[in-house]
Amino acid sequence: MLLSPALFISAVLFTLGVAGVLFRRNVIVIFMCVELMLNAVNLTFVALAQTLGMGGQVFVFFVMAVAAAEAAVGLAIILAVYRHRQSVSLQNMNLLKDG
Amino acid sequence: MILRFFWIFGVIAMASALVCITRKNPVSSALWLVVTLFALAAMFVLLDAQFIAVLQVLVYAGAIMVLFLFVIMLLNLGRPAPTDIRGPLGLLTATVLAGALVLQLRVLSESPLPSSIQLPPGAITALQQQQGIVGAVATPLFGTYLIPFEIASVLLLAAIVGAVVLAKRKL
Repeated sequence: MLLSPALFISAVLFTLGVAGVLFRRNVIVIFMCVELMLNAVNLTFVALAQTLGMGGQVFVFFVMAVAAAEAAVGLAIILAVYRHRQSVSLQNMNLLKDG
Repeated sequence: MILRFFWIFGVIAMASALVCITRKNPVSSALWLVVTLFALAAMFVLLDAQFIAVLQVLVYAGAIMVLFLFVIMLLNLGRPAPTDIRGPLGLLTATVLAGALVLQLRVLSESPLPSSIQLPPGAITALQQQQGIVGAVATPLFGTYLIPFEIASVLLLAAIVGAVVLAKRKL
């Protein structure tokens, strides 16, 4: 009963996350948009767990573990980059581009 | 009734996500994302995933978003700054690509599930009454998914070591 609204809301949230990644330049905001996409996928997992069994809810658990690891390492990388460049804008992260 | 509440929380989640990606200030972006996460937790409760909803509030809204806010304030990004939103060309590209993506997801979500793998309605609720809300998640987690669970613990250990190595000035 709740499956199709859940899939619709999940699709919209995922798309908002993708749009945020595409049109922001601040690395921290882009990171938050990635978290938003992971949460949209979690909503799909939970909605499908209602009809397909508990495996979906277990996978949400794994997605949360991966998201926590990703946030810890990613924010540490942002801190390290900020120390070198004094900025969190993607425009200033072009070391590989200049050649 | 449940459907109406589900839509209310869904609209809250979608609207606050939209506000989140359009705020100039990263602190207000983070706080709007917290609103989205809480609305998602409420939707998880309506989808019979109470334990996942508790985890969502504790891990996402409680731990990960605090980490984000902590880094934002450590880097002193809360002060007024020129906007980081891309120009009209970037906005147009993002809108077109996002529209294409939402159409694709719409088509995907309409593809029917094969009835051979579907559980009868109310099977999850019955399982939760039999094993308890936490037990219904824990039984497959420590049975079928035991090896992925152990790998996740190794991943978290690696992430802890990696974060310390990356963020420390001198080891």
